[in-house]
Order: sequence, then structure tokens, then C-alpha cells
Amino acid sequence: MAERVVEARHLSKVYQMGDVEVHALRGLSLDINRGEAMAIMGPSGSGKSTLMNILGCLDRPSAGSYHLDGESVANLDDDQLADIRNRKVGFVFQTFNLLRRTSALENVELPLRYAGVGAGRRQRAIAALEAVGLGERLDHRPNELSGGQQQRVAIARALVNEPAIIMADEPTGNLDSKAGADIMKLLLKLNRQDGKTLIIVTHDSDVAEQTDRIVLIRDGQVEADRKLGRSKKIASKGK
Amino acid sequence: MDFIASLQAAIESITANKLRSALTVLGIVIGVGAVIAMLAIGRGAQDSIAGSIEGIGTNLLFVMRGDSQNQVRNPQPLTMDDAAALSDVFQAPSVINVAPLLQGSATVSARGESTTTTLNGITSEHEAVRGWSVSEGEFINSSHLLGRSAVVLLGTAVADDLFGRHDGLVGETVRINGQPFRVIGILAERGTGGFSNENDTVMVPLTTAQARLLQRSTPRSVDVILVQAVDADAVPQASEQVANILRTRHRTALGADDFTIINQQDFLDTAASITGVLTIFLGGIAAISLLVGGIGIMNIMLVSVIERTREIGLRKALGARKRDILFQFLAESSLLSLIGGILGITLGWLISVGVGAIAAAANADIVPKIGIDSVLLATLFSMAVGLFFGLYPANQAANLQPVEALRYE
Repeated sequence: MAERVVEARHLSKVYQMGDVEVHALRGLSLDINRGEAMAIMGPSGSGKSTLMNILGCLDRPSAGSYHLDGESVANLDDDQLADIRNRKVGFVFQTFNLLRRTSALENVELPLRYAGVGAGRRQRAIAALEAVGLGERLDHRPNELSGGQQQRVAIARALVNEPAIIMADEPTGNLDSKAGADIMKLLLKLNRQDGKTLIIVTHDSDVAEQTDRIVLIRDGQVEADRKLGRSKKIASKGK
Repeated sequence: MDFIASLQAAIESITANKLRSALTVLGIVIGVGAVIAMLAIGRGAQDSIAGSIEGIGTNLLFVMRGDSQNQVRNPQPLTMDDAAALSDVFQAPSVINVAPLLQGSATVSARGESTTTTLNGITSEHEAVRGWSVSEGEFINSSHLLGRSAVVLLGTAVADDLFGRHDGLVGETVRINGQPFRVIGILAERGTGGFSNENDTVMVPLTTAQARLLQRSTPRSVDVILVQAVDADAVPQASEQVANILRTRHRTALGADDFTIINQQDFLDTAASITGVLTIFLGGIAAISLLVGGIGIMNIMLVSVIERTREIGLRKALGARKRDILFQFLAESSLLSLIGGILGITLGWLISVGVGAIAAAANADIVPKIGIDSVLLATLFSMAVGLFFGLYPANQAANLQPVEALRYE
């Protein structure tokens, strides 16, 4: 059996909105294997974003347990969560979220700085940028890069600390279809070739269909969990 | 996150918004500049006043008629005989010189020019006691005093007024209050610091002044007796000896003294306390402007935190801990105030130099002094202002929740 990198049990999340309690997650359980490429879909208000925030350790569940890469993270404090995010999660955002005034290289170096990596930081950042095909654009600032290139910088930034999971939140949402397709190709290549675990949150079923597994969230629970045929082929090929 | 990276982020943020950073810094620049300049000018004034008091002559006591509160009725005037008694080596061993003085104003004229000036009736002791000397001619001596000679020493300012020069005038005749006096010497030029221009004066023998120019109700009376102690340490004993002699002579041994003895230290202390209060007052006003500058920094830092909410969220998503964010914003605010402090020291220095130049042009001998202590004080204080007023915004930033910060538009 494959190693589980995400093991979430009975997650629930309750927001207090004035007098009303909003149940964003209602006892949701989810396992993700290492090396999987999966998509989380769901209508707005389904709890999809909440789930993503908890899986990405940006937020804590109100109840339930969550093990990421073997570590229990449901009850950590803010700084411990920051540390987990730094080591185990690579984020790719819809709006790229690069620092505007710093070069591609420095953007990619940022997680390493927070990790306290001194020696070899630059080399690792350069390697990550080369892996996404931007070895030529190290010193460009975000506003000198196209949307697709900016997203590649963001992917390099997500990769640079060798995280257990890559969380991509609508990674193609702000890109035209050509650039979007390229980004998907890159993400899937990282998954297929380098074995990175990939979690994509998306509305776009075309994007979702390219992964191995689609989890549909509705009303804070898993409504459907569908494995696509390709995953077996890839898995068997790997062995 | 390493220190250099935080500093880098702070510098980036400061240079990204140059105009805003400059305006923020301006508050601190003005505050620190004002503190530096005020302290420097205050110190300069203090030195100038102390210098002019010390310039009067060392080891001096001034004996005047009447008590300081004016409560003794009919105080006896001081006379030449009092002065003579004070010179008694046996009764006043700590006294080395006694110089009685009669002072008033007089109109001096020559060749149709005329000027009103200070008239001093002096004795030959003044040469030693007050450090007067002549640039040409001779000083007043005892034969002038005995003979009540109609001779005069001119200050350079008076000589310039009357003759347009202050050399080669020995032997000329001037009229003082209409009476002819022969010029026997020109007083050496003195610095113009302090309260009055010491070059704007004429000096005649004390006896001549008593007889012909400054008549008082009691003959032989004098206005002030200057007493010189043997050295600075002997001033208190000299003061005591003078007081004892005068009490005996004025028969006031039982009652209150009808004379007042002031020494230089009294003048210095009074002046120092006045200028000290002034300096604190000015420095306090300047410190308030520094405080206002600090509030300006806080204001801008709060805006900056709100503006960069998403950036903070992103940094947190990438693994920044609270203290990383806190440090980044503290570095920014203290860097802003440090830059302000350095520019402020420069500004304060320029103001001090400017004030010094204006004072010099106006003949008011104030040389502002920037002490290393006031520079250190201003630098530390401005850093502290930056840290203090940066703490609240930085804390706001550090405590942002990443989910909400990332969602912020």
C-alpha cells in the first residue's frame, strides 16, 4: 500500500459569523497518497477553500485530526504551523503572489531564508528556477515577466524547499488557456517525473480531469471521490 | 530569517516609496535637528556668558552699598576711607588689591564731534584688578590721583567716534561735560562679549571725578569697591575679612549689613541657572517635535502594514514566523528614524553654524557647541522613538492570520 502523506480524520471547522455558526467542514475525512496528483472541486461555499487552508496548514480545524507527512498538525501554534508550512507545503496561488519589488531569484529564495538556509541557498533557488524552465530569467522582476512565467516562478518557489505536498489554488485561473495548459503540463510533469504530491483546488473540470483523482466537496463533506484510470497505469509503470 | 534579509526587506520598502519615506523622515529630521541646535545654542550662550563674567577679572569681589533686599534704611555710602581700610594687610590678609570705582555717564566731545559714554572714575589699582591696559600712552597713576589731574583714558570706541581712529591721540584734548581733559592714553581693545561694550568708555582719576564730574551727596564716596583676593581659593576668606572691616567701620556689627559683597561665583551661578533653565526649556520644546515625528512614523507604518497585508500573508504562508514579520517592520521603522536622526544631526549642525554666524555678525559672541553627548542622545532617542512607535504597527503585522491576510484585497 502506498504511503499516506495526508491523513485527515473527521475534520470540522466552525466559523462564528455574528450570532450564526457557520459549519464550513462537517466531519470530513480524506487520505492522499504520496505521489498522487489530485483535484479538489466543489461549488463556492462548499468548504473547499477551508479544506485547502487546513490541508495547507494555514488554518486549524475546530475538531478532528490531521497528519501531514506523518506529523500531527491539528493542534500546533502559529509559529509551529509556520514552520510546518515552510518545510512541508509548497503553495501556488491563483494570483501568483510574488513580491513585486524583488527578482525571480529572490522570490524563490524566500522560503529558504525563512527556513534559515544559508549555504547553498542561491544554488538551490537557481536549480528550482531551471526546473521550471526559467533559468534565463533569474534577475527579472515579476512585472517584467508574463503571467505564465510569473506562475512558473511561484511554482519554483513552491518546489525549492522540497515540500511533502504542493497546494495549487486555481493555478490556471488568471492565465489564458495556452499559458494555463503549459502550467498544468509543468505541474503534472513534476508529479509524474519527480513524484511530487500535487493537490489542485479548481473549478475547472478540464484541469481536474488531467489529474489522477477528483474529490468533490459539498456542504463540508466529501460527496464523491473518483479515481481516474490513468493513476493505475502510472503507478504500475512506476513499479 | 536572517538579520540582513530583514534589513534588505526594510530598505526595499523604504526606497519603494521614496516621497512617503522622505516625508515620514522629515518629522524626525526636524525634531532631532531642533534638539541638537537648541542644546548647542544653549551651551554656546552659557559659555559666552560665563566667559564674559570670567573676563571681568579673576578672584574679584564687588562691594556695594545697601543690602541686596533694600531693607536697611539709610545705608552709609562707601567711601575712599573704606577702600583704604580694606587695603590693610593686617586686617585683610587675603586681599591683594582694592580698587574703588565711581561710575556714571558723561558727554565727551572733541572737534565738534560728541558722544555719550560711560565715565569711570578709577585708581591706578584698576590696571591690575580689572586687567585694563593701554595700547598707547600711560595708565592713570597716583600723581594724577593726588593732583586731581584733568587727564583721561579713551576707550577705542570713543576714540573712533570722536577722532575716527584710535591711535596717535596722546596729547589731544577732549571735553567731558564741557571741561577740558588731556588724553594720556588709549585703552587696549577688549572683546565685545557679554552685556555691554567695554570699549565704549572713558576713564579719569577717581579724585577728579569726585571733584568735578560725578558729584555725590557725600564727598569722597564711591559707588563700588572692587576687591581682589590673593587667589581663587582665598575669595571666601577675603569676603569675610572685608565684611568684618566694613561692619566695624559702619558700626553695624549688631544689625544687618548695610553693604553687599558679591563674588564672581555668584554671578556665574546665577547665569548658569538661567541659561540652564533656558536650555531645558528649548530642548523640551524640541523634544516635543521629535515626539510628533515619532507619531508620524507610527502613522505611516500602520498604513504600510495595511497596504502590505497580502505580502505579510504570503510571507507567513511561506513559513515566516511572528518574530520574522515583527523584526522586518521594526527594522523598517527604526531605519527610518535612524536616517532621520543622522539627517537631523546634520540639520542641527547647520542651524548651529548659521546661528553662530548671525551672532558673530551681530557682535554677540555666541559660539554654539554641539557636544558628542547631545549627538548620542539624539541618535539613541530617535532610534528609541522609531522602535517605540514601530512596535504597535509591527505587532499588528505579526499577528495577522495568514488566511485572512491572503484573502485581503
